[in-house]
Amino acid sequence: MALCEVQRIVGAGLFPVRILLFADVLNFFHSGGRINPSKNQREPRLACFSAPIWLLCLTFTATLFSNGELIAQTTINSHITSVQFTTSRMSVEAPELGYGARGFNDIPPQVLRINDQFESIWAETGLRPSSEATDYEWCRRVHLDLIGRIPTVEELSSFVQDKADDKRLKLVNRLLYDDFYTEEIARNWTTLWTNLLIGRTGGNGNNSMISRTGMQKYLRDSFARNKPYDQLAKELITATGSAQPDAVDFNGATNFLIDKVNMENAAQATAATSRIFLGVQVQCTQCHNHPFNDWKQQKYWEFNAFFRQVRGFRGATDAESPKLVDQDFRGESGNIDEADLFYELRNGQLKVAYPVFFDGTSLPRSGYVQAINRREKVSELIIQSPWFAQAQVNRIWEHFLGYGFTKPVDDLGSHNPPAYPDLFEFLSEEFRNSGYDLRRLMAWVVLSKPYALSSKTNKGNERDDPLMGLTPAFSHFYLRQMRAEELYESLQIASGAGAQTGSYEEQEARKNRWLQQFATEFGTDEGDETTQFNGTISQVLMMFNGEMVRSATAAEPGSVLAKLFSDNGTKYLDAVDHLFLAGLSRPAKKSERDMAQFLLQARQGDSREALRDVWWVVLNSNQFLFNY
Amino acid sequence: MRFSTPSGMNRRHFMSHLAGASALGASALALGHTLQLNANQLKRNRKSAILLWMGGGPASIDIWDLKPGAATGGPFKPIATNGDLQICEHMPMMAKNMDKMSIVRAMSTREADHDRGRYYMHTGYVPNPNVQYPSYGSVISHQLAHTRPELEIPPFIAVGGGSEGPGFLGMAWAPFTVDANGQVRDLAPGIEMNRMAQRVQALRQMESEFIAERRGAAAEEHAKVIGKTLNLMTSQQMSAFQVNQESTEVQERYGRNNFGRSCLMARRLVEVGVPFVECTLGGWDNHQNIFPTLQNNLLPTLDRAMSALLEDLAQRGLLQDTAVIWMGEFGRTPRINGNAGRDHWARSWSVAVGGAGMKPGIAIGETNADGTEIVGTSWSSEDLMASVCKSLGISLETTFTSTDGRPMKIANSGKIIQELFT
Repeated sequence: MALCEVQRIVGAGLFPVRILLFADVLNFFHSGGRINPSKNQREPRLACFSAPIWLLCLTFTATLFSNGELIAQTTINSHITSVQFTTSRMSVEAPELGYGARGFNDIPPQVLRINDQFESIWAETGLRPSSEATDYEWCRRVHLDLIGRIPTVEELSSFVQDKADDKRLKLVNRLLYDDFYTEEIARNWTTLWTNLLIGRTGGNGNNSMISRTGMQKYLRDSFARNKPYDQLAKELITATGSAQPDAVDFNGATNFLIDKVNMENAAQATAATSRIFLGVQVQCTQCHNHPFNDWKQQKYWEFNAFFRQVRGFRGATDAESPKLVDQDFRGESGNIDEADLFYELRNGQLKVAYPVFFDGTSLPRSGYVQAINRREKVSELIIQSPWFAQAQVNRIWEHFLGYGFTKPVDDLGSHNPPAYPDLFEFLSEEFRNSGYDLRRLMAWVVLSKPYALSSKTNKGNERDDPLMGLTPAFSHFYLRQMRAEELYESLQIASGAGAQTGSYEEQEARKNRWLQQFATEFGTDEGDETTQFNGTISQVLMMFNGEMVRSATAAEPGSVLAKLFSDNGTKYLDAVDHLFLAGLSRPAKKSERDMAQFLLQARQGDSREALRDVWWVVLNSNQFLFNY
Repeated sequence: MRFSTPSGMNRRHFMSHLAGASALGASALALGHTLQLNANQLKRNRKSAILLWMGGGPASIDIWDLKPGAATGGPFKPIATNGDLQICEHMPMMAKNMDKMSIVRAMSTREADHDRGRYYMHTGYVPNPNVQYPSYGSVISHQLAHTRPELEIPPFIAVGGGSEGPGFLGMAWAPFTVDANGQVRDLAPGIEMNRMAQRVQALRQMESEFIAERRGAAAEEHAKVIGKTLNLMTSQQMSAFQVNQESTEVQERYGRNNFGRSCLMARRLVEVGVPFVECTLGGWDNHQNIFPTLQNNLLPTLDRAMSALLEDLAQRGLLQDTAVIWMGEFGRTPRINGNAGRDHWARSWSVAVGGAGMKPGIAIGETNADGTEIVGTSWSSEDLMASVCKSLGISLETTFTSTDGRPMKIANSGKIIQELFT
């Protein structure tokens, strides 16, 4: 509610400032007073403020407290307190973007650009786009994709009943910017990024240096604050400190690289960093020039040279946290001022390499961290690279629309040209200009026309099927299964049971245990893995007979069924409708009401028992499992 | 669909209720009695394959194609076998069973990255972002499933690790993954069978309505997988997963570890008619300290389980119909690195293959003195796959139609390794 108020005031032309105090101040002092100038920003960011302004802000905070105009909010984040305030007396020029973004008053122009692009593509290719998704469908979709779960009946109803023209914009604003959803949006993107950075199994092994909890804690703090993406990348690439949350010098960002830097001369750190942040696949070029793309073995090793000044250390005892530490690189021939490394060509010849970025920028060759911190430098070079924004735009586009501008999504380069290059470049440029504001980027996609189309195909667009190897034209929404994590969270919502018990960590641990049954490692040193889950017999068994659906249909206290049962006035068919809304985000159809009547008859008129059957059927239907 | 008046149902009744739905084949009606069939009946028209997958890329130079004396060779010595070839001294039990397997020593592939290598060796195709190719298990079970209508459990079972998927053949041909203990989760419905049948009947109606809205193929795949799940839930053949039903002595012979249990399960699954089983032994990505790891851990585990499997298959008369393939995503460098390990190497390495009428006990092809090059003809993943298909009586003229409508020849038009069939 507090934020709505803020938004009203903002709407009235007052200036919002949001300051994330203690962590940033700490960071600032930790960095020895260095400021990270952000590139390509239209407006300054708080991180760029000089120390006196910070102090001024702190003082100001106290004053405002006494004025009673302050809206204080304790975020889910345990060591950061974020404070938002608004005042007409503020004279500090405050940033609008990045940390401070507060939603949209109007459809952003980027959305119109996306729409124009696809309308002309559909016209040119003679594709007839599907009709718009219903409010029910769109509401379910946007909940699943932004916050990782289906909507509750209440959320759905209030959206569908809203008659305002801009209700979709309002819902996007609410999911992205309302405090009520901060925890959920952070949880969803933490899940996605944890899987991206350390895999579904990273940190689960007994002998692992990774702290999955530490990784999640760092990401959750970051996504709760909508940390600018360039800052996120920099922190992950350059992190030092302890991996586990209870350590004094805890820095959860270390978990990305901690187990990737030690083995095979940091081969995994090299490959993961370039794949995740640049969309560039270099792993094959470790051993040879790539036959199908531009990557040469030399480039791989020159990039690898950036990751040689770092090492992961285990704690002296099990209780002590592993650490990621910068250390001087002596070079393989022992001359630290010319710290070199050697690699072997396929013909056995040895070649030397020094740190050189893909674009040809080379660093001084000293191996001393004090003289030149190679990770620090490479993080800057990565962020300056045009691929940096592109790789993220591509991934976000794929997240919401099912396919990226390239296939696969993390393989950019001239050997794999993107579809719709103009739009791709435009969005990447806009993303950079926004100060790498991830929520803005998300909003552009979810408010766009392609995202609003039904997944029902028609004669005029059934050929638009990327499974056929064609370039996706996004003339209909592509049906896809929920990810395992989305299914878990959705079942929690649909059953209303179990979700809210225990601390965040306990809830995550429970979810993690549940997910482990579907993740299988391949037995390689790189810890690659698969998820034998979607669409498998194991999944059907889990939904048919597993504990979660069983407890959902058991009408445990607090569950959707228990609430229905407690209200004796609800008619059977209205209760059936409610279950369809709760599970499938739509009311039951005529044929489904008949089905419910059949089950009622089968249960000899016992409506509670019949509703348990209906609920089981709803949760097991293909429709429940899909984002459609 | 019309709903009939519900009434009490037994198991057969349950299945017959469901059989009205199209996705459920005739197999559902033949309720589990195959366990009672004797071995002679089982043998007829019962080709199967077992893939022993060595995750991480095994150092075949230290197992099947030793280079004693060469700088690249490592410390292990070759020993004689009951076949016409030598293998590593740390595989003594396999040495007594090399009359059942042959070694293709002239494998030469190009994929030395785990993901790519795993995909290529499982499918015969290099990764292509536009087409998902089906893996060994999916192809072979798809081709052989019709020969055993009484099979109620999935025709492609992956034990103890991840395989590759069914690609364009669809989720109905995906591996059914179980852990090596044979525990299948969530098998029991927890409600009465007739009530379950009514739920499923209602579910099927909902599924078909959603499918009819033409939102995509995945919706239809789900309905098919439900059919397979129901088959499995009601099948007595599920007891094939229970390796602990075997005597202590048998379990010891295979080894009391996950791979040993996997191989024992593979034998039991082939006995009930499963056409494809994949067993995984991981941990071969030995970039450091390779020799102690092999000698003390991996080779004893492999030796025990693989030899026990081959002995049992032979003793039961199943080996003549069961192809056994041993491979990983690639071999390892014929060079020992600074960490006393070996790195990824795809250019010259070995796989083991046998059973189903393939000629046993021979080495096919050869590498040069230090193992760095193939001498003479080399073989690829496609060739190996084509040879396995031939041994199983699957025509190499078989053509699939991929999702994009293109015809794809089985095993990517690989060549048959003739030495296996002379």
